[in-house]
Amino acid sequence: MTTLTKSNHADHAAEFIADSQRTGWHDQALWFIRAKRDKAAQAVPEWEQLRELASQIKLHTLAHLPDYLEEFEANATRKGAHVHWAHDAQEHNQIVLQILQDHGAKRIVKSKSMLTEECHLNPHLERHGIEVVDTDLGERIVQLRGEPPSHIVLPAIHIKKEEVGELFHRCLGTAAGATDPKYLAEAARGHLRDKFMNAEAGITGVNFAVAETGGFVVCTNEGNADLGISLPNLHIACLGIEKLLPRAQDLSVFLRLLSRSATGQPITTYTSHFHGPIPGGRLHIVLVDNGRSRIRQNRLFRESLKCIRCGACMNTCPVYRRSGGYSYDNTIPGPIGSILGPLQDPKHNRSLPYACSLCGSCTEVCPVKIPLAQQLLTWRGEIVRMHLLPWTKRLAMKAASIVFRNTWLYNFSGKMARWFLPKMPRFLIYNRFNAWGKHREIPAFPQHSFRELYEKKNGRKQQS
Amino acid sequence: MQVGLFVPCYIDQLFPDIGFATIEVLEKHGVEIDFPRQQTCCGQPMANTGCKEDTRPLAVKFYEIFKDYPYVVCPSGSCVSMVRHHYDDYLAGRPGFEELKHKTFELCEFLTDVLGVERIEGRFPYRVGLHNSCHGHRGLRLGQPSEIVAPPFNKVGKLLSSLDGVQLTQLCRPDECCGFGGTFAVNEEAVSTRMGLDRLSDHEQAGTQVLTAADMSCLMHMEGLIRRDRKSIHVMHVVQIFAGRQPPF
Amino acid sequence: MAASSKADILRTLRGTIVESVELPNLDQPWTTFEDRLGQFCTVLQAVGGQAVRAGDMDEVNRELEQLPAYAEAKKVCSLVDGIRKANVQLENATDPHQLEDVDFFVAAGRFGVAENAAVWLTDEGLRHRALYFLSQHLALVLPAAELVDNMHQAYQRLSFAEPGFGLFLSGPSKTADIEQSLVIGAHGARSHTVFLVG
Repeated sequence: MTTLTKSNHADHAAEFIADSQRTGWHDQALWFIRAKRDKAAQAVPEWEQLRELASQIKLHTLAHLPDYLEEFEANATRKGAHVHWAHDAQEHNQIVLQILQDHGAKRIVKSKSMLTEECHLNPHLERHGIEVVDTDLGERIVQLRGEPPSHIVLPAIHIKKEEVGELFHRCLGTAAGATDPKYLAEAARGHLRDKFMNAEAGITGVNFAVAETGGFVVCTNEGNADLGISLPNLHIACLGIEKLLPRAQDLSVFLRLLSRSATGQPITTYTSHFHGPIPGGRLHIVLVDNGRSRIRQNRLFRESLKCIRCGACMNTCPVYRRSGGYSYDNTIPGPIGSILGPLQDPKHNRSLPYACSLCGSCTEVCPVKIPLAQQLLTWRGEIVRMHLLPWTKRLAMKAASIVFRNTWLYNFSGKMARWFLPKMPRFLIYNRFNAWGKHREIPAFPQHSFRELYEKKNGRKQQS
Repeated sequence: MQVGLFVPCYIDQLFPDIGFATIEVLEKHGVEIDFPRQQTCCGQPMANTGCKEDTRPLAVKFYEIFKDYPYVVCPSGSCVSMVRHHYDDYLAGRPGFEELKHKTFELCEFLTDVLGVERIEGRFPYRVGLHNSCHGHRGLRLGQPSEIVAPPFNKVGKLLSSLDGVQLTQLCRPDECCGFGGTFAVNEEAVSTRMGLDRLSDHEQAGTQVLTAADMSCLMHMEGLIRRDRKSIHVMHVVQIFAGRQPPF
Repeated sequence: MAASSKADILRTLRGTIVESVELPNLDQPWTTFEDRLGQFCTVLQAVGGQAVRAGDMDEVNRELEQLPAYAEAKKVCSLVDGIRKANVQLENATDPHQLEDVDFFVAAGRFGVAENAAVWLTDEGLRHRALYFLSQHLALVLPAAELVDNMHQAYQRLSFAEPGFGLFLSGPSKTADIEQSLVIGAHGARSHTVFLVG
């Protein structure tokens, strides 16, 4: 009955869940990754200490961010990189386009970067006649399907191998009906190797940028980022300004946490450290704000900038697992996306903080200890304050508050409900207005409340 | 020892026996109960919707009613979590508020941490499925969440296991959320229902005969699903088990 | 325009007072392993790589010849002296694209990390770092004594004062993007063997 907006997580989720079997499959796949994360974390006795240190390092960095950014720029420049600053997504896209055009590059390969997704870089480049191939296998799959990633680390988690087989048959000429992942991955290997060999430039994201050294780290399992930027001689690295760390040694903490949190691996296969361009090549680094400095001003949600984009919160979220990334209709889904999304567009994303049972699991898995569940709850207060909660809900809460404020009214309402409801025919209780009653029985309403019975038992001896 | 009994609104109206079971268990352990009858609701449904101004008067009401008791005990982890973690916005600075936060306890933690109870006398020879309600589990740390790398413990489980004959069943996901989540149960009905059904499937595979928890809200949601699908799992609040109530089979 | 974006961003950042937290000291008693070599080998196997103990380069060569991928390799490149089958002259490659058909690459690891079987590699003496990713198969030669326990010790050994490229490599290239099925050899090396020498 109650929907928060037209683009409403609850509606999308209901559609997703209608395919009950697929929902179970999606949920199990992600729970399996959560379980792998648990196993990997349990193997590190100092895990909780690492989380606390990571949190502190990020909080310190956030406090001194302007200084660290300038230090990074100075050191990166000294090592031969060109550093650019982009105020917002549009400027980021303009800068990247300009660099490519100056270089005469028309065929680009790109490794996973949620920042470039956030800025919608691909369509911008394509509008200017540049071919952009996403080279992470999961990203390539969704790119060929014309879809956005549904998870920030596992972009194709929502897709079955039969569907990949069908896609590759259409786009890569693999055998019809083939579903063997090895066979399909081999086909992708050949197809993407072609793209790597013919690329004129490579774009990557950045997992961590180090102020002290002017370098940055890119983590992959496939090696696609490295292939993408070691063959062409132009490398463009894009990052949000919150990706900074002060010292190289800080990487030890984050690299121990990142892949264990993301996929349950002790480290990604490739953890590449870039300091300056390839000899004879060019390295451009684009620092992007796009609302981050504004979030930093907001004490309520500042801690969300600690995020290292590991996806652990998504894997553990019982709602995400059962509704899929697309239900959030936001670049980043899941718990962290439900905090960042409303920060970018509170109106469009107002249903997201409510797409949550407040179970708190996300808070417990976050490697940098962002109080995710608490921030989701805080967001609800903000949504009410911004008058974005539908009046039906506001009225219901106001009415409830009045009832609870006045003990006599509370007692009276309870008594009326307990008197009427058991007498009502089923069709009056269970209908389309009763969302609770769609799949659940309502509790049996007893004749007397606890306090009525208590008072009967003990007499009215209490004055309070 | 005297405690103020805080009975959650929905237990007061819909599950009165839980209130009585709470009194029985506390009195059995030498505690004198006072039930201040002006109490109504901790304000959680309003707070969880983001309606802080509608919550404020209820927080104040709670504070005024309960602030002078030596202890406040409540058979609900989520209501106690509300007082301990979410009342600062409304009551910070008021005299006795910090103390009130520290002396308001969920029933099981009151038994283990304040009264030092190690064992509940009685017999309950059934396969018991413990649902670790999120607010109590992660919010009040009634048990060690499975996400955390630290020695395991579970105050509720420990008390349950101490009864003769109790067999705690082994779940695939020991502390996944049931999907009640307050107004979430209605706003995101599809997800809520699916989460509850998945919890029940886990209990079915584990052989649970009696499903229990320290929060009746979770149980109310799962019981609603059980009754609609005519499943045979019997639902009881932990305090009813402690008080010696037996299932009908 | 770009200069003003930088100024704008820095101005906004400096205009906000954010409570500072002290940067923590990372000098702590981190987990170490009694059998560092054993831990390294166990983890390497778990991540899809292979660990081989060898006394000297002769033994390395003998062991290499046991690997089917090496035995069948037509183009073998080596940065390590004494690899008998090496037949690709790296100095002749002016462009990394020319190395596309290298079947087997033998490189020198600087040190390894026991907790995650990572080996630190650099582009020192290697004009085309692409080879680490282009070669169909990869073998690393690492002195067995050059192992640290954990990443904290690893970074104590590293300095980034000069421009350059460095890589922690742990196991072969892999992906699980097709319905979570693990496939070894996504885009990079299909196999990964570490020879622990000495």
